[in-house]
Amino acid sequence: MRLTINGVRRRIEAHPMKRLLDVLREDCALTGTKEGCGEGECGACTVLIDGVPINSCLVPAAHADGTRVTTIEGLGGRHPLQRAFVAYGGAQCGICTPGMILAAVALGPKPTLDEIKVGLAGNLCRCTGYSAIYRSIRQA
Amino acid sequence: MQPSISRLKLFQPSSLDEALALLRDEGPLVPMAGCTDLYVALNFGTLTDTRFLDLWRLDALRRIEARDGALSIGALATHADLIRSALVRRRLPMLAAAAREIGGVQIQNRGTLGGNVANASPAGDTLPVLAAADATVVLRSAGATRRVPFTEFSTGYRQTVRRPDELIVAFEIPPVRGRQAFRKVGTRAAQAISKVVMAVVSGDSPRIAVGSVAPTVVRARRTEAALASGASIDAAQRILIEEIAPIDDIRSTADYRRRVVANLLARLTSGASG
Repeated sequence: MRLTINGVRRRIEAHPMKRLLDVLREDCALTGTKEGCGEGECGACTVLIDGVPINSCLVPAAHADGTRVTTIEGLGGRHPLQRAFVAYGGAQCGICTPGMILAAVALGPKPTLDEIKVGLAGNLCRCTGYSAIYRSIRQA
Repeated sequence: MQPSISRLKLFQPSSLDEALALLRDEGPLVPMAGCTDLYVALNFGTLTDTRFLDLWRLDALRRIEARDGALSIGALATHADLIRSALVRRRLPMLAAAAREIGGVQIQNRGTLGGNVANASPAGDTLPVLAAADATVVLRSAGATRRVPFTEFSTGYRQTVRRPDELIVAFEIPPVRGRQAFRKVGTRAAQAISKVVMAVVSGDSPRIAVGSVAPTVVRARRTEAALASGASIDAAQRILIEEIAPIDDIRSTADYRRRVVANLLARLTSGASG
């Protein structure tokens, strides 16, 4: 399969039903994408396919063929959302953070609080109580 | 961890005709689209099937359009497509409302209407809407097209009348007269499987459909007839409770479900938002 990951074109040999999550972590060594529940409930494995947030634990490699995939590594570490999560306490244990930030990226600039709540409803966090995450996104 | 996938075979047709020919010649194959249900079973090792037919790229099955007075929704329309569609919001707002409460945005971006119906879970959130809207399921095989009333499509828990060589290709929904209402009751708004899910069309010929209260979605025809003939809401509630067969399970109890169904009937037929 051929796809563009974080702006870099890649050719990967993978079973078409391998999870995109495993393609990213095992074949591409991009371990920023986390596995939480493995059933589409927690959003920890969220990445963007052609700019759209999806759960990479539920996406077969075949469906990523020919697409543009963005993972947390693609934000480079100095993205305004990443800086805001650090500055405003949006990350505690950190396992939900890559998924939270990518779901927030998909909302575009200056989302309202309601847009944030809807856009992140599929991302669970057991540490922050969410308000610190919402604050981080609003301040980014 | 995903269990070993090396024994799995995926067929990837590039057209509907090719998909139908594969079903005929290589079947039985398990159709897969957004994979939001299928991959849960695959990831947990509970799926015994090994041969799959990938429909995700068949964009012709994603169309939402008005055709011959009916609203036609392709089986591959995602929940996000339904939410975005001005046509759906105008003609079948209760379907857009249901789509908004399925999973989170990640699931809405991938899960399809056809998949929700094919999966035939009694808790499928779009199913009461299609039942109350008198939708028709359009099935295609290599040789033929057949249309099945939605209320006859599911025959039991996760059982449908779809034959192994058929695919759901679309849903046809005639114009709905009356005020539409949808309500899902779960532990939280997103990412929760329904304890009770209900769609109601109020007006001269009321229509009521309820999910998560029986092995398949229940279209409450006796309750509808009672309301149409002017029965009080108390009387209609008593009939509706007889028409459902809820069970105790991990999400709720039968008693709670009966109580909620009765309350929702009163709210959704009175014009309250639920």
